Amino acid sequence: MTIKVTYIEHDGTEREVVVEEGVNLMDAALDNMVPGIDGDCGGVCACATCHVHVAPDWADKLPAMEDTENAMLELADSRDEYSRLACQITAEPTLDGLVLHTPIGQH
Amino acid sequence: MPEPTAVSTMTDAPTNNNAVIIGAGQAGAQAAFSLRQQGFKGRVVLVGDEPTLPYQRPPLSKAYLAGELPEARLYIKPQGFYDKADIELLTSARVEGIDPGARQVRLAGGDTLAYRHLVLATGGRARRLNCPGADDPRVHYLRTLADVQGLQADFVAGKRLVVIGGGYVGLETAAVAARHGLQVTVLVARPAVLNRVCGPEVSRFFTRVHREAGVVLHCKTAVTAIRSEGGYLVVDTDAQYSLEADLVVAGIGLEPSTELAEAAGIACDNGISTDENGRCSVPDIYAAGDCASHPSAIYGRRMRLESVPNAVEQAKTVAASICGKNRPYTQVPWFWSDQYALKLQSAGVVSGFDLSVVRGDPETHSFAVFYYCAGRLIAVDAINRPAEFVAVRKLIEQGLSPGPEIVADDSISPADFEAAMPRGRAVASRG
Repeated sequence: MTIKVTYIEHDGTEREVVVEEGVNLMDAALDNMVPGIDGDCGGVCACATCHVHVAPDWADKLPAMEDTENAMLELADSRDEYSRLACQITAEPTLDGLVLHTPIGQH
Repeated sequence: MPEPTAVSTMTDAPTNNNAVIIGAGQAGAQAAFSLRQQGFKGRVVLVGDEPTLPYQRPPLSKAYLAGELPEARLYIKPQGFYDKADIELLTSARVEGIDPGARQVRLAGGDTLAYRHLVLATGGRARRLNCPGADDPRVHYLRTLADVQGLQADFVAGKRLVVIGGGYVGLETAAVAARHGLQVTVLVARPAVLNRVCGPEVSRFFTRVHREAGVVLHCKTAVTAIRSEGGYLVVDTDAQYSLEADLVVAGIGLEPSTELAEAAGIACDNGISTDENGRCSVPDIYAAGDCASHPSAIYGRRMRLESVPNAVEQAKTVAASICGKNRPYTQVPWFWSDQYALKLQSAGVVSGFDLSVVRGDPETHSFAVFYYCAGRLIAVDAINRPAEFVAVRKLIEQGLSPGPEIVADDSISPADFEAAMPRGRAVASRG
């Protein structure tokens, strides 16, 4: 089972990628050459360098944040109500078509 | 004497404006990509002595050791990123010497690389045990992918593992091993675990957690010899007892790889000395990561840090310097360690504290310890307390010191520490 996820760069460049169910969206970005997602800690929610803004339509379809993600996002530039860490979002069928914006600070 | 025209040709011609990076770990890879991100147009050559793509080391003693992460997930970036960024990666390539006068790097096998800018990201080596018998093949270290692959065959339930060293690597290894059903004993020469990086409350806490997980843990116990008894090893200690083991893992620290720099006449002081912009004592040579020692404005002394954030940020600083930009390295040091279901996050450097303040109850496995030196907040250890970690990183960055009475009050949110300070900016009192 795969889903499609679209990453949109700060300059508007869109990349639609196919993601296997169960893969987190930081790894998916790396696998598919999506720039703007560093993932310095390797996806253990320790660094806030895979910050993304979820398209508003999708915000309430994502599983709720855990405390660690919420706390770590305080270290991200330009945090807003749609901010998430891509390493904490796992591809699942309900997220087919998800749209994420990568912030300028990680480019 | 001919006119030295060759020199100006070399500096002016864009094809010669190249960068050679020695060391393809976290700092080396970051430097390569950051050079491109900052607009560097010349050739970028990344030279590493390991056979694989640059990889992350922290998971080696955590998820990768646990078998939860395939090798490809360790790679910092897949090959495609190097191709696209036009970064030439030389794997299994060992550098034998640097000639700053000729601006050349000499590779094993006789090839040379000319450089305009040279980045030393040579990292370090796991410190070796020097007791008799330490060369037995069942004695392992945990620094490289090959190290982990070399011990995996014996890393199975029921085997007897002796871990030597009570730092991050030793304890993370013990935690993974205990969860896998190995019989684990940890021997620590120092008086407590995490002695170099945490305060006593945190040492006591992790000692207890490991013991509750079935790990046998002895401090103030040094290994005097390792003997092969054929089918197994015997680890002799200075504490009147010996332990049988099927394998030994030693995590007794890192030695920065400074030999190339020293041989080239580059100043070293517990690592390759740099200024705040990553520059070494010899022009056009820079250093970043575990091998580099930098002047810390926050702590007022020279420091060498062993962490991913340090490697990444120093590499960004070096890339900026090469591109003619001023981006001094001023980051508050930070670290993380995952053991069992615990996330330890540390901000700042603990050494030199004269007061520690505990917030929350260690019994709940969720607490933080704040460290002060002469009334100034210098560090925090946060166990399953990410908000405290985040708050202290920001506070130290801003030079703010909420007092012990504020940070000890668990009813004040970490985000409100600053607001709780008298007039917003008071210096910490000794409460």
